[in-house]
Amino acid sequence: MHELPITESILKIVLKHAEMNGVRKVMAIHLQVGKLSDLEDDWIQRYFDYLSKGTVAEEAKLKIERIPVMVRCDACSTSYEMEIARMGELVCPVCGEKGSTLLSGREYTIKQIEVQ
Amino acid sequence: MEDIKLIKVKEEILSDNIKQAGEVRERLRKTKTMLLNLMSSPGSGKTSLILQTVEGLRGSLRLGVIEADIDSTVDAEKIAARGIRTIQLRTGGFCHLDAAMVTRGIDAIDLDELDLVIIENVGNLVCPAEFDTGAHKNVMILSIPEGDDKRLKYPLMFSVSDLLLVNKVDYLSLSDFDAATLRKRVLALNPRITILEVSCKTGVGIGSWIDWLKAEVEAFKRPK
Repeated sequence: MHELPITESILKIVLKHAEMNGVRKVMAIHLQVGKLSDLEDDWIQRYFDYLSKGTVAEEAKLKIERIPVMVRCDACSTSYEMEIARMGELVCPVCGEKGSTLLSGREYTIKQIEVQ
Repeated sequence: MEDIKLIKVKEEILSDNIKQAGEVRERLRKTKTMLLNLMSSPGSGKTSLILQTVEGLRGSLRLGVIEADIDSTVDAEKIAARGIRTIQLRTGGFCHLDAAMVTRGIDAIDLDELDLVIIENVGNLVCPAEFDTGAHKNVMILSIPEGDDKRLKYPLMFSVSDLLLVNKVDYLSLSDFDAATLRKRVLALNPRITILEVSCKTGVGIGSWIDWLKAEVEAFKRPK
């Protein structure tokens, strides 16, 4: 359900950059979304199509790149990917320690836009 | 046909909310009022926990409550009946609170007279985790009937929380909920989270929760 306010923010930021650059039409919007974040691709496109009507971003396609959840081992500093649905404990593949710090996976970023 | 150009944007989608949440945190630092965001599914015991907290803190910390509901005032009325300053925010169908709504809530409270404000977020394990409310601490409740697999389904909620309260432990004997498995799964995702088992009905574990809360407020008020 939070796709609507997220989509409003995306449109606002895209229109700001389109205006700053004198863009005639926005063709596509590249998003980076962490795998920890919930976002339904279909819904966000549907909301975007609705909200962007009559703007330079009308009909723009949202291209979503999913960023893996990466953690860094607190003991040996090795970075490794974490599978969220894993059932068991998270241990470092190098030293076997458990403690880790989240490096990525919570992104909600507009990377770039394709324009004419 | 015109060429397609790429324009670098590199902006946080939620930058407005992140900025406003920072402002809320800063404003409450000045009044030395700790803001705590309480999140969970509907029916897991947020209001019951707040009612227990009201009694547990009576005479020690001055508490205020911001109640968020999609469209009702029943929770706010229950808490206000105990003599606690309560602000009702009606989210009008929205599934979460954001920093702008919380700002309206704290605008309506005299912060100088409070040590702690608890936000009762909208009952939902998904959306509230995405939106920074400006709280200094995030606390979530998972109740026994919901099952020990929830961390696999709603990882973000478990990863943003500082404390997990496992509520309704009085149901444990009736269920196949495996508390050790839950603990292992949650700590794998968020090694810094504190986990406490409570029952708002029998009062088991509520003392530990109140102790945690008092220690956090004390640490928050200590000059850095």
